[in-house]
Amino acid sequence: MNILKSLLASAAILVPAVAMAEGETVGFSQIGSESGWRAAETTVTKQQAEERGITLKFADAQQKQENQIKAIRGFVAQGVDAILLAPVVATGWEEVLEEAKDADIPVILLDRNIDAPEDLYMTAVTSDQVHEGMVAGNWLVEAVGDAECPVVELQGTTGSSPAISRKKGFEEAIAAADNISITRSQTGDFTRAQGKVVMESFLKSEGGENICALYAHNDDMAVGAIQAIKEAGLKPGEDIKIVSIDSVPDIHLAMKAGEANATVELTPNMAGPAFDVLEAYWADGTMPPKWIQTESKLYTSDDDNAAIYESKKDLGY
Amino acid sequence: MMKSTLKRVMPQIIILALVLAANVLVFPGFFNIEFQHGRLFGNLIDVLNRGAPTALLATGMTLVIATRGIDLSVGAVMAIAGAVAASAVVGGAHWTLAVLMALAAGAACGLWNGLLVAIFRIQPIVATLVLMVAGRGIAQLLTEGAILTFNDPGLIRLGAGTIAAVPTPIWIWIAVACAVGLVIRRSALGLLIEAVGINQTSSRLAGINARVLLIAVYLVSGLCAALAGVIVAADIKGADANNAGLWMELDAILAVVIGGNSLLGGRFSITASLLGALIIQGVNSLILLSGMPVEFNLVIKALIIIAILVIQSPRVRHSLYLLRASTGPVLRERPKPAPRTPQEEGQS
Repeated sequence: MNILKSLLASAAILVPAVAMAEGETVGFSQIGSESGWRAAETTVTKQQAEERGITLKFADAQQKQENQIKAIRGFVAQGVDAILLAPVVATGWEEVLEEAKDADIPVILLDRNIDAPEDLYMTAVTSDQVHEGMVAGNWLVEAVGDAECPVVELQGTTGSSPAISRKKGFEEAIAAADNISITRSQTGDFTRAQGKVVMESFLKSEGGENICALYAHNDDMAVGAIQAIKEAGLKPGEDIKIVSIDSVPDIHLAMKAGEANATVELTPNMAGPAFDVLEAYWADGTMPPKWIQTESKLYTSDDDNAAIYESKKDLGY
Repeated sequence: MMKSTLKRVMPQIIILALVLAANVLVFPGFFNIEFQHGRLFGNLIDVLNRGAPTALLATGMTLVIATRGIDLSVGAVMAIAGAVAASAVVGGAHWTLAVLMALAAGAACGLWNGLLVAIFRIQPIVATLVLMVAGRGIAQLLTEGAILTFNDPGLIRLGAGTIAAVPTPIWIWIAVACAVGLVIRRSALGLLIEAVGINQTSSRLAGINARVLLIAVYLVSGLCAALAGVIVAADIKGADANNAGLWMELDAILAVVIGGNSLLGGRFSITASLLGALIIQGVNSLILLSGMPVEFNLVIKALIIIAILVIQSPRVRHSLYLLRASTGPVLRERPKPAPRTPQEEGQS
């Protein structure tokens, strides 16, 4: 099937007339380049479209909703077959989605949800961030066994939904384990630099020997914290266990070096499930459920981290 | 000379002492400094080390503000410099060359700002806003939106390494501040900058080349920002174009303001701005050590800074002055609004 598709795709380049008949066109309104993960999402979306012989029209909104609305109007005017939308904010989409609906163009939301009536979009492909926190917490519960384990937590940007959800999920997972407790929790703003600064402070206020594990809401903060732990003369991964979320390439390098223990993947492949849904819909009109949860896969030091790093490093993280 | 400087920065020294004392209150071991793994290890060292970027930016920013200008682009210039240095070493350049390239990029940014302000006479806040917005985009172009990680030990040493057991950033900011301070105060340059800030037209009529001076201060600010950007990138072994230096321009301006320098230009004290930078870092350290829930971070910071600025306001100071003088016979006059003339500024 895939061979047939790539044949079709290559034929499409040679004979444009065939492409008009065979390849579907999908518009993708991306938020902009706010983080490495988003850059990877864009790369993977383009790869997925190419593999499936779908023509992708890409619009970068530079973090502005009005640009996304313009892009969607543009896609509707061009008569695309479907629209992928990674919404920059949750509100204010009704009008433009109504226009897409009137034009019979299905809209699929990627990685974030919106506050709008469900009939305005086909489905939303997102991860469950509470679940991500739980996977991280469950790993820690299993890894420490019965040993006493004071944990320090590096939170994401205060008030942001991933920070709230990932904290909640982790706390739920460790709630049953009396030997695990969070002793310090501070925001590291999802950045490497702040992760390092806050970890330095944790190491001094708690004492490095009194910290059993670090839970970071994203890998970047964990990478910063690893450096702080090393500069304090401790061994990250051994003296202090490190579990974080996202699975960016650099954390796999750290895991390969034994300096980090586990990460929960936030897959950049949101477009794959979306295209699956669209292909099923185009084939026989199957309507998907309103929410498609992506897998929150756990990677530990037992995985082949060198290979994972290689496969991820060129995605634009 | 020495005595007058001390008198000028006394309020900042007192505030810094209070902030550090508050740190000891929440964490008794605050002043402990240990020698661990070949480096000094302690909270006080952290304050000096983490204050390095703000201190560097504040050094350049003080000069810019003394000319009645402002440089909003320093945060973005940090991101550009970090991205330039990182892409250079990743591309195989020697780290010294990478640092020189980053400094050149910073100088070019400063020159651009200076030209807009001095030659095209665009208001500084507008002129530097251009680069503040566009600069981060330039940095993102250089790193392609990702964190550009590097492993060059020479470059990393600038941010995370030590010289004589003291973290390198501390040496860098103290050296830069001393160098700038010496050049400015041992020559007439400082006086000329103040003259331009107080009244550009009359200083020009008095024969001061205001244009060159203006361009020069923005150039220095760009260079300081570039150095800060290299330190921040070296510290995390990567250039994070999205976050490096984000909102740092505001911290730098705040440091200058806490240092008691007027945003309307004129008399300035780099020492006071540096103390301002350390006060800000002291407050950051206080928040981290207090272990309060993160939701309180910004509220605590805001309250402390409001308190510092109110204590320094002309009205409160004047009341304090009256209170002190009320032991002897004193004329009960209405407190004056903020001093404006150079003579008065000199005393404030």
